[in-house]
Formats: sequence, C-alpha cells, structure tokens
Amino acid sequence: MLDFYHIDSVLSEEERAVRDSVRRFVDERVLPLIGDAYVQGRFPKELIPEMGELGVFGANLPEKYGCAGLNNVQYGLIMQELERGDSGVRSFASVQGALAMYPIYAFGSEEQKQKYLPKMATGEIIGCFGLTEPDYGSNPSGMITMAKEQPDGSWILNGAKMWITNGSTAHIAVVWAKTNGDPSDKSIRGFVVPTDSKGFTAKDQKGKLSLRASDTSELVFQDVHLPKDAILPSSAGLKSPLMCLTQARYGISWGAMGAAMACFEEASSYAQQRVMFDKPIGGFQIQQVRLADMLTEIVKAQLVCLHLGRLKDAGTMTPQQVSLAKRNNVSMATDIAREARRLLGANGILAEYSAMRHMANLESVYTYEGTHDVHALILGQAITGMNAFK
Amino acid sequence: MKIAVCIKRTPDSESRFKVAASAAGIDETGLKFDLDDFASYAVEAALQINEKGGGGETVVYAVGPDSVQESLRKAMSMGADRAVQLKADPVADGIAVARALAAELKSGGYDLVLFGKHSFDNSAGVVGTATAELLGLPCVTAASELNVSAGKGTARRELEGAAELVEFPLPAVVTIDEGVARPRYPSLKGIMAAKKKPLESKPAQLGAVRVTIARMELPPERPAGRILGEGTAAIPELVRLLQNEAKVL
Repeated sequence: MLDFYHIDSVLSEEERAVRDSVRRFVDERVLPLIGDAYVQGRFPKELIPEMGELGVFGANLPEKYGCAGLNNVQYGLIMQELERGDSGVRSFASVQGALAMYPIYAFGSEEQKQKYLPKMATGEIIGCFGLTEPDYGSNPSGMITMAKEQPDGSWILNGAKMWITNGSTAHIAVVWAKTNGDPSDKSIRGFVVPTDSKGFTAKDQKGKLSLRASDTSELVFQDVHLPKDAILPSSAGLKSPLMCLTQARYGISWGAMGAAMACFEEASSYAQQRVMFDKPIGGFQIQQVRLADMLTEIVKAQLVCLHLGRLKDAGTMTPQQVSLAKRNNVSMATDIAREARRLLGANGILAEYSAMRHMANLESVYTYEGTHDVHALILGQAITGMNAFK
Repeated sequence: MKIAVCIKRTPDSESRFKVAASAAGIDETGLKFDLDDFASYAVEAALQINEKGGGGETVVYAVGPDSVQESLRKAMSMGADRAVQLKADPVADGIAVARALAAELKSGGYDLVLFGKHSFDNSAGVVGTATAELLGLPCVTAASELNVSAGKGTARRELEGAAELVEFPLPAVVTIDEGVARPRYPSLKGIMAAKKKPLESKPAQLGAVRVTIARMELPPERPAGRILGEGTAAIPELVRLLQNEAKVL
C-alpha cells in the first residue's frame, strides 16, 4: 500500500514487523482462495490453524494465557491486514479475540481463563458471541434470553440469538442473558455455553449477499443446563457486553481501512494498466479524482486509527472515540469500494477482482457492531449531552 | 548443530528505485527494506536443520550500519537464537565484508555457515565464497536442497536442464538458492520474543576497501510504441521499418 504520509515512520519496528508478517500471510494464504470461498459461500476453515500459529487470535491479550501480548496498534494492524483479505476473515478473528476471548479475560475466573484462553489463542477452541436477538439489535437491553439459577447453583438457559458470526463453527458461545426473571438490563450476565450442550442448536443463516466467506448463524437455547461455573463471575449488566463491543469496534475501525486499501490498490493498479481511448484510464481526470479522493480518505482514516490506538494503549480511549472511528472508517471504506468497483468497469463485478466483494462485505460491517446511525447517536449524545435513543 | 547464517538487508524488490543525488547509490527515501529473500531462505534452512536435529544453535550475522539490526531481529523472530552485528558503513567490496565475517566466524566453532546465493540489490555473490576461502572451508554455491548428518552434508544444485548432487565434509560454507525451504512467517509471539534475544554489536574488521561504486545509472527509458495501421495494409510499412530503422530483417 502506498504510504503517502510516511505513517511507517511513526510505527515502531515491532509494529511494522507484525503488520508485515500478517500481510504476507494474507497475500500468500488468504488472497489466492478468498474469491472462490466467497462465491461458494463458505468460511475457509482451513486457515484457522495457521491463523492460530501466526498468533492473530486475542493478540493483544497477555502472554501468560498463550497470547502474543501485543499493543493495540499492533492489534489494529492485524485487523487491517486481515480485512485487506476479506471482512469475513477479519470478522472471524475479531469475534474470536475481541468478543469471545476478551469477555473471558475481562469477566472470567482464573480457572475459566486458564481453561479456555490458551486453546482459543491457537484456534483449537473457536468461540462466538451471542448478544443480538431476532427482535433486539440496536437495543440489546430489551433482550428476552433468560437464565435461571437452580437451587444447586447451576443454570437453565432459554432464548435465541441471531446474526452470530462463527455460530455454527464454535465450540463455545459467550451468551448474554438476563437472569432470574429480572427484565432490567442490570440483570444481564455472561455465560460460557459449550455448543454441544443438550438443547443448544445453531443454524446457519442462508441467502446472504454479503460476508459470504463467513458463517452467520442463529442460536437457539431450549432448557440448556449449564454448570454453575459457566457464568462469567465479573460480568454485571449491559455494560459488560458493551465493553466487548468497544474492543471489537476498535478492531473494525482498522479493518475497514484494510478493505479500503485493497480497493484503492486494485483501482490504482487497474487504472495504470487498462487502456481506453489509446491511453491508460489513469490518465483521465475523472479517474484521477476518484483515486485522489480514495487516497485522501484512507490517509485520514489511518491517522484516526493510529491516534486511537495510542489512546487505547495509554488507557484513555473512550467508547465515543471508537464510535467516531468505526462510523467514519467503515463509511469511507464502503464509498471507496463502490468507487473502485466503478473504476474497474465491467471487470469490477467479477469475483476475480476484490472491489465488489469488499463493497458487499462492507454493507454488513456498516450495519453490525453498532450501525452507522447508532454511532451517530452516540456521538450526538457526546456532543449535546442529550440522549436520542429514548 | 551450530549454524551461522550471514544475512543482508536489501530494499523491497517491488520498490520504485531512483538514483541518489550522489549518483553512487540509490535514493533510500521512502524505500522499504527487509531481510533479503535469499538470506531468508538460508535462515529457514538453518532453522529446519536444527529443528530436525532437535537442538543446536542458529546465530545470525550481518555487516552494516545499525539499520541491519531490524533484519537481524526479523531472523530471530523466525527462530534464530541470537544475532551479531558487525558494525560498518555500507561498502561495495564483497571481499572486505567477507574478511570481517571470517574474522568473526573463525573462532565460532560452527558446523555450517550459510549465506543467500546472492543479494537482491547488487547480485555480486562474492561474500559467501570469499568467506569460505578465508576460513579454508569447502564451499557449495546455490544449493536448492541441503541435508546434513554425521559430519557431512549433501546438497543439490540446479543446472540448466540438469541437477548436480554434491557431497562435502563439515564444517562447510553453503550459499542457498530458493527452493531449499519456504521461509516461515515470523509469528506474532516470535516477533515479541525477538526483542528479548541477545543482539551483540561490535566493529567490523573490514580491512582495505578496494571496490567502490563510481556511478549508478538506470536503463534509458524505452521509447513509446508506434501503431502503423491495421491489418494487411500496415505490413509493407512494418517490413520497411524493421529493415531500415530497426535493422533486424
């Protein structure tokens, strides 16, 4: 990727090394197969062991749990590179790291951390995250999934979750449920639910026109009996899953930039080679404007992400700052993918090129992990002090 | 097995190169540098030999300014145990570089000393063979396969339309061609671990530097193609130009 603002010069050697290693993995292992996987509508599971060996799962969690112990800029650069391959591949890693490993790390007991995290880091155990329900997307506080504590301390779980990435692949699901009949979102707790539990079913959602190289599932819990140590002991209220989402959205802000970079690179290279009216189309003003706009937006997004990462490492990042980055970067990436698709002309609709795949993927990314509009309301509240959700 | 791998840091092969204002080198502004491709094959070959043997030590060496430390750390992030920088300004004299390496390696007790067959940037291919000569060791160049056991080694060399299998006693110097092993990705844990591995830096004993780059130039720009016309009507003019202008007919 053209480093127009010499951003490499403000990355540390280790940050560049991590980026370059994941970049090579994506170039050599993801890009050759992703177009076909997308058309076939399958997540390339064969990549999981290699991704684990490379160390991308939960890479910013501590080494003592088998993770790489990276800083948050390094973590972001991993997400950028994975999504340069495909949003589905990045989503897999985001869900595994930020939505399944992170809650176990942040809210789990030491036993739970020891039991799950090292094997999740290698990809031997795959996790998913169950928060969204069929009727509760942008307002998770309304969820109806309920866990009831039994006299012996065990739990019975009932309910359903929807749009769950990795749902049918996962060995464990981190499920968020209200507890003991209390309808308040303060009663929400997290549970580690083995997907082979009796009464647990996961069914893939078919007919997706976006994120086709990713498994998206509906989870149903019918009287699922969970041992008492299934609960994440430090989880408390809706704030806990929202903390996970902040982690994931942070990664998405970087990831979207990777998709945008892939589209820009493809468009730029195509514009310099494709000859029309006796010269490369890159020599025409209209395509130059397209490319100039793309590069400008990518550079702005890079600077937002890098600064956000430094804030996260300093411990001062706020969820509202993450909303700004997620909203801006995914939106700009969606626009860039569409413009790249157009620059590529008829070739742009082929799976052989990446622009239309990214364009379709980014429509999901635009909607998940807090829609573009919901992030506007979060920012609106941060600006005015007034809550537009209610 | 104790293996030394001598590496070089070279610009990314996909870079756009410009000649520096001094005309005696390339303009390094904005260029991305990395462990040289053939050197990374050599690192991988060493790691695999020691992994198969279940022990040993892999030590990486580079002659150059402090910027070579990044490539030494990359080799350590792939799995090398420690690194030595022989500090010197960049020089174009491969014999001088070999002298510095030989002075350092001679008391190292290495069973095997590996190099890339040549470097991407100047492709001289001098340093490996010259180091072997200075150390008085057998030397095999451009090995595409390498096996070692019980004090001896075998290597395969690709020739035009054939291959050559050679045997040699250890210790030996081998320069490595692609095909020997696919270099691994440094794992993210490996990258973090490399920071904690020992990297020693000491002055290089280059001796007299006798070869310098006087001037570097890019090939002249090729003139644009010409379209003479379409179909059979264009053939007479094409033949005329090939005879009279290009003088190839």
